[in-house]
Amino acid sequence: MPRLSYLKALNRALAEEMERDESVFVLGEDMHLALSNVTAGFLQRFGPNRVLEMPLSEQGFTNFATGAAMAGRRPVVEFQIPFLLLLVFEQITNQANKFRLMSGGQTSVPVTYLMPAAGVRTAWGAQHSDQPYSLFAHMGVKTVMPATPTDAYGLLLTAIRDDDPVVVFGPLDCLGLREDVEYADLAPIPLGSARLHRRGGDVTVVAVGQLVQQAIEVADELAGEVSVEVFDPRSIYPFDWAALAESLDRTGRLVVFDDGNRYAGFGAEVLATAAEEFRLVAPPRRVTRPEAAMVGANPDLDRGITPTKAQLHDAIRHVLKNS
Amino acid sequence: MTSPEELYRTIRLIRRFEERSMELAGSGDIVSGIHPCIGQEAVAAGMCAALRPDDILLSTHRGHGHFLAKGTEPGVLLAEMLGRYEGMDHGRGGSFHPSDFAHNIYNATGTVGHSVAIAAGVAWSAQQGGTGQVVLCFFGDGAVSQGALLEGLNLAGLWQLPVVYVCENNQYATTLPASAAIAGTITGRGEAFGIPSEQLDGQDVQTVLDAGRRAVERARTGGGPSLLQIDTYRYFGHHTFEFKVRLNYRPDGELEQWQQRDPLLLAGARLAEDVRAAIDAEVEDCLAGAVEFALAGRRLDPAEAQDYTFTDDLAPRAGVSA
Repeated sequence: MPRLSYLKALNRALAEEMERDESVFVLGEDMHLALSNVTAGFLQRFGPNRVLEMPLSEQGFTNFATGAAMAGRRPVVEFQIPFLLLLVFEQITNQANKFRLMSGGQTSVPVTYLMPAAGVRTAWGAQHSDQPYSLFAHMGVKTVMPATPTDAYGLLLTAIRDDDPVVVFGPLDCLGLREDVEYADLAPIPLGSARLHRRGGDVTVVAVGQLVQQAIEVADELAGEVSVEVFDPRSIYPFDWAALAESLDRTGRLVVFDDGNRYAGFGAEVLATAAEEFRLVAPPRRVTRPEAAMVGANPDLDRGITPTKAQLHDAIRHVLKNS
Repeated sequence: MTSPEELYRTIRLIRRFEERSMELAGSGDIVSGIHPCIGQEAVAAGMCAALRPDDILLSTHRGHGHFLAKGTEPGVLLAEMLGRYEGMDHGRGGSFHPSDFAHNIYNATGTVGHSVAIAAGVAWSAQQGGTGQVVLCFFGDGAVSQGALLEGLNLAGLWQLPVVYVCENNQYATTLPASAAIAGTITGRGEAFGIPSEQLDGQDVQTVLDAGRRAVERARTGGGPSLLQIDTYRYFGHHTFEFKVRLNYRPDGELEQWQQRDPLLLAGARLAEDVRAAIDAEVEDCLAGAVEFALAGRRLDPAEAQDYTFTDDLAPRAGVSA
């Protein structure tokens, strides 16, 4: 059975879509060397008119993609560093994502924003390690964060085919993951469809990105003691609330394992909705990054702001003790 | 749409449309108020007369003239400004940020200056598709201080895209005089990126049309982008709120000086009196029908507020739990 890496899955999905649909093209920085490796081999295969090398003009080329999309193309914009999504936050949330609404449905803006190395880059500094998926969800932009190679393949495919803007976060710590796959089984995955990695009866752990693998490890470590359900929403927005309701009907207990900042973050939204609308037998908990800016320039300090398995262990025990 | 009669009609239509709209803003029917373009009509009329119907236009918050000159029905535009379903955008664009894809007007983004890079993306698609379409992108003198505008000019110059950039220099960015905001020159910003750039008078529609034709022809025949700085003047405030808040930021006599070269007078002087009177009467009839059509339009239901948010059936959750 072939081994598919996460990075190769992104590469494969994008190449297949470019092969299948002439209107799909990719743009970004350092494309001629495929620096991120997502577009390895593309320049030779598709030529410079579909693999666009961009100057250091993130706002300019994000708007450029919006224009191309309104003119009927399907751009995939690659970003090298998460904070660049903050630089173009206005162009995505206030422009690209509103033009369909503002036009009363006359146009659509089918752009995919691909951030293939999101999250902490140990010791790279405070400006290289953000994980801003909650912000896009907050502004109502379709946002996904696949955790496995097959999900990366399926969700990138769906994002490109979607007629609305979609932001795709590929966590840095996931890029090297490998999975045994049958290529024939690879398929698009609908937005807003969660995946249960472990079934369990005591507690639901909603984990995203690279934290999914850690949650699976914790579930395995606790096996026999606590029955942990590992729930990966895969889409941050839209979120699969129906699946979460079903999971909580079984477990009644909730912990969210979130790589975003704590304040008004993704974890807060999941907890709030669960508290208002779903069956809980114990107060839920979050394991997140702390509030405020991260230092990020020092490996020792980085450990102080990264959600850990030990914190997840504690949170699970805490939720069980209080029910 | 390039005969003296047609050019005069377009200018007259825009002038009277804006006057009627200011009345409707004053009466509260246009809740947003408007950014009147009175005084600047020849820029829209001349530039749009240089276009083919399939050419694409990107407008601004002061864009009613652009829409009318490109062919949007006055009644439909007014319905949009009144927030009625019959507007091009079903009341979601309003006066400030409408679009009209039936006439290839893609939008009027609220982020000043950002249309320049959007236009580059549209123009790149036209270039790749070999459609022969040209993109006309309007922005104001305030936009030239935006960094993102320079990024867009760079891309257009780099790839020799079929786009015509028009800086409608109406002398003020809200209340800030261009002279207090702009170091160097507006045309210098184009020239820095190798884009042929020209400064011209915006009050004489024929001058605008001639320059517009040259720039559109250059774009259409593979000669790349152009930048036109078209000097003009807005007779009224930045926005109709200035009727309530009297702001004194213009030197005495400046308005009157510009009005001596009023675009409507200059265009009208080329016509015989009876021809002009006939056009004026026809425009009044047209606008009477437009106002009637727009006011009769359907008001929207609050339950429709999130229609058109997404292309699929994704329904955003309400603000309260069920």
